[in-house]
Amino acid sequence: MSAEVAEVKVEKAEPLFSKKNKKLFTNPLDIDNPVTVQVLGVCSSLAVTTQMKPAFVMSIGLTIVTACSNVVISALRNTIPSRIRIIVQLAIVSLWVILVDQILKAYVYDVSKQLSVFVGLIITNCIVMGRLEAFAMGNKPWPSFIDGIGNGVGYGLILMTLAFVRELFGAGSLFGFKVWESMGLHYQGNGLMLLPAGACILLGVIIWVQRSINGYRESH
Amino acid sequence: MENLINIGIRSIFIDNMIFAYFLGMCSFLAISKKVKTAFGLGIAVVFVLGVTVPINWLIQNYILIPGSLGWIHPSLQNVDLNFLQFIVFISVISAIVQLTEMAVEKLSPALYGTLGIFLPLIAVNCSVLGAALFMVGRPYNLGEATVFGIGSGIGWMLAIVALAGVREKMKYSNVPGPLKGLGITFLLVGLMSLGFLSFLGFSL
Repeated sequence: MSAEVAEVKVEKAEPLFSKKNKKLFTNPLDIDNPVTVQVLGVCSSLAVTTQMKPAFVMSIGLTIVTACSNVVISALRNTIPSRIRIIVQLAIVSLWVILVDQILKAYVYDVSKQLSVFVGLIITNCIVMGRLEAFAMGNKPWPSFIDGIGNGVGYGLILMTLAFVRELFGAGSLFGFKVWESMGLHYQGNGLMLLPAGACILLGVIIWVQRSINGYRESH
Repeated sequence: MENLINIGIRSIFIDNMIFAYFLGMCSFLAISKKVKTAFGLGIAVVFVLGVTVPINWLIQNYILIPGSLGWIHPSLQNVDLNFLQFIVFISVISAIVQLTEMAVEKLSPALYGTLGIFLPLIAVNCSVLGAALFMVGRPYNLGEATVFGIGSGIGWMLAIVALAGVREKMKYSNVPGPLKGLGITFLLVGLMSLGFLSFLGFSL
């Protein structure tokens, strides 16, 4: 009991951007990355990355949904009965996803068309659910918000890397801008990069490179 | 009938949930270490997809699309509830999953012992919601939607059992440290996906 009280006091004195909160933001970028280490949100990170633009929109959408649902769930965490928490979480997440979907349809209709079912699938994107279960259910709204943003950006980082390589070598362009042709070169697009198989192999290689650098290992 | 067989084969092999759309990758990667558990999860996914896709088809066509509420009262002819699609679909899926779990627990404790822990996971398996959303985008009738649901489930099961089989053997290979676990699995999935590409040549 006394330990709990002490912990609360420490948290009260904590500044808005304390060291702990900064860590919450920077950890998911590398050592605790949602895609390459926690293995969450893999489906969409492979499916929407044939071009930079939809990948960019998707990362922003997911960051907003994760951060906002994290805040709401964390604010409600003491009132949600644990037996029905999954359905409550899904309802709150789908609320935010509907908002994002309607905004995308209203302002960037072509991208929304390109993303097709994947905006809706943010609901079942494991990053959102995973962070709600693992973090927001046991922490205060502000750290939860930072955790949501951090994981969204970590996911976005992998997405943009994948999309960069896939669009550059698959279609020879970046954000639709013909890179090779602008340098006066002729480039024959590599179809493998645009296929599902290319995406999987590329993500495998990215994980390989990242783990060689940061030293993270799995036991088997 | 021929049409139904075509949809079934298409959803199992050509439009495979894993290798063509990457749906349900999270549980696909997490639960594919042993063939036996992979098979159990696969069966549960087939069942849930086979039940939820037709139910969502009925909801979509009799409640959500514009003009579909006319069967209740002609004055509701102009109501468009399509924006509620996501929240309705996911509620149906989680409700069905919860119901299935309770029914299995009551009726067959033995089956619950093997499937039990996987059932709640399926509510957040993207392939289930994905199949519902694909079904909306295609002009299926009720029978076709059911076949599509079951076919997608079988395709998913095929993929996870195959990967689990390969990963069981991978234990004996000497994989470079940083590539161990997730990295080599992605390379494997990529190669398997290349294999499945050969089905693209079929025209049905």
